Amino acid sequence: MRSLKVIIGTIAALGVVGLSSGVQAEKARPPVKYGKPISEADLAAWDIDIRTPDGKGLPAGKGSVAQGKEVFEEKCVSCHGDEAKGGPVYGTMVGGIGSFKTNQRLLTPGSMYPYAPILFDYIRRAMPMNEPQTLTNDEVYAVSAYLLHLNNLVPADAVMDAKSMAALKMPNRDGFIRDDRPDVKAKRCMKDCK
Amino acid sequence: MSSSKLGDNDRKHRSSVSTRRQVLLGAATAAGGVLASGAVGASAQAKPLSVPQTAKEHGRPIEPTGYGSPSKFESHVVRRRSDVLVNKQNFSDWSMTPLQHQHGIITPNGLFFERHHNGVPDIDPNTHKLVIHGMVKQPLVFTMEDIMRYPSVSRFHFMECSGNGLTDWTQAKSKTVQQSHGLLSCTQWTGVPLSWLMDEAGLQPGAKWVAFEGGDASAHTRSIPIEKVMDDTLIVYAMGGEMLRPENGYPLRAFTPGWEGNTSVKWLRRIKVGDKPWHFRSETARYTDPMPDGKWRQFSFVMECKSVITSPSGGMQLRGPGMYEIEGFAWSGNGKIKAVDVTTDGGKTWQQAELEGPILDKCLTRFRYRWNWNGAPTKIASRAVDSTGYVQPTVEDIAKVRALTGFVQHHNGIFPWSISEKGEVANAIA
Repeated sequence: MRSLKVIIGTIAALGVVGLSSGVQAEKARPPVKYGKPISEADLAAWDIDIRTPDGKGLPAGKGSVAQGKEVFEEKCVSCHGDEAKGGPVYGTMVGGIGSFKTNQRLLTPGSMYPYAPILFDYIRRAMPMNEPQTLTNDEVYAVSAYLLHLNNLVPADAVMDAKSMAALKMPNRDGFIRDDRPDVKAKRCMKDCK
Repeated sequence: MSSSKLGDNDRKHRSSVSTRRQVLLGAATAAGGVLASGAVGASAQAKPLSVPQTAKEHGRPIEPTGYGSPSKFESHVVRRRSDVLVNKQNFSDWSMTPLQHQHGIITPNGLFFERHHNGVPDIDPNTHKLVIHGMVKQPLVFTMEDIMRYPSVSRFHFMECSGNGLTDWTQAKSKTVQQSHGLLSCTQWTGVPLSWLMDEAGLQPGAKWVAFEGGDASAHTRSIPIEKVMDDTLIVYAMGGEMLRPENGYPLRAFTPGWEGNTSVKWLRRIKVGDKPWHFRSETARYTDPMPDGKWRQFSFVMECKSVITSPSGGMQLRGPGMYEIEGFAWSGNGKIKAVDVTTDGGKTWQQAELEGPILDKCLTRFRYRWNWNGAPTKIASRAVDSTGYVQPTVEDIAKVRALTGFVQHHNGIFPWSISEKGEVANAIA
């Protein structure tokens, strides 16, 4: 494998000698294809991303606030504390709505997430930290419902599913601006600067 | 900061710096924790030399196999976790490069900074796979053997975490440059242009963004604009002449030159192509910048032009008036370094420093400036200018347009060190 690579690399290098203009010059794409075709169906087990503004990718299933409380108290409370108010490892996941115009911004899923499906995407891929990607979709919906309820964003009898997650308007939905840097224009003063 | 409060590690670090400097500058005696100036002690008579024991006996034999390690006398040169912002667990955590000990522009692999979101996986390259799918004409899966069959490219680039410096905006919390700037490293990256693999899969019309996803226990994800993917983004399997270290993404990671480190997703297993960004937690609730009026700046990918003096820097000590070489790093995610200016009078006047080649695009660049310290207390700092003409701002400049509250990312402000009349060097950001 190695010697073949060296040969291919040498051929490719010779091929672009006339084009290279700098130390880190771009190389032309070699006329080879080593990827193997796979169907979307065959990679479905890996296909876990949610496009969070519209919920595209949210799976079938549902979960209630009450079910979420049960899952949370079994699998989440040891780090996040009772009612997600903060535990031995992480701070609170409740409150902070309205805090961003103060000098003490409190970042929680309730105050910070612009779209509710972020809860589903993140909990499913990364939580619980000691055994991520082990919750069922129903459990993820349920924990999402519970955290939304703790933040007063859904009622105590709420049941969350793909449709209700995508439809829920979060307080910080319009809180983001796109990168507009450079936003600072410093001067290169050399003398009598201060 | 009094020296009596320094921990063992800091004391070791200080004395090691002094040892290096005394060798370089020819000072006669070794005293702990000082930077020797050329003027002091230069005229003292040296003691007669004796033949050292190492010249009179076998050295260690060559082992049949082995992976070399630094000298036992360099054991203080190590990555360190933050001692300012101490996490209660060490899975989503970071460790920092000892920039004050880095020579040249290349960070040794064992000292390259770390940032993980749920620990370091040990991934078998024989089972690792990369999938490209979504808005492509043909979804593809690659094994490591597949990826390493392509001709490779190698490029020198820095990598910096967007959170580098977040503890030191308005308060001087970090004692050393490792703590204030150590989420920064630089190496040569080897891999394949991602555009080759995207062309092989074939982009569908309307493809505007991709999602990178890691195969670790955080399944870390970021949305990346297609322009960056097709421009200079690499899929890399090697750094600094060897395969990636596990903590830096072994066996495969993305590399987005000049952009905040977490967009170079480690342990890369999946690239999904779409027409809009995903707005993951890692690009909404995290890695966004607080702005005035309660807003947040999002997708602030580029690490803007920045520099820092690494010697003399926090925790070091000058030993009396005389000549010192001020040295440090400058870098820009928007291009090459054009110039670095240094002040030795707290910002009243600035002088252009010497840049040491090679000066590469989106790469650490060394600067040096010889300074004659008169023994009076002062502040020193560096200011970089990049090839776009952008001048490194002060924190005061940045504070006029952004909100400095909470864990603020993208600190590229000018960073001063104070020097006391005793020669003690300390963080003077505020």
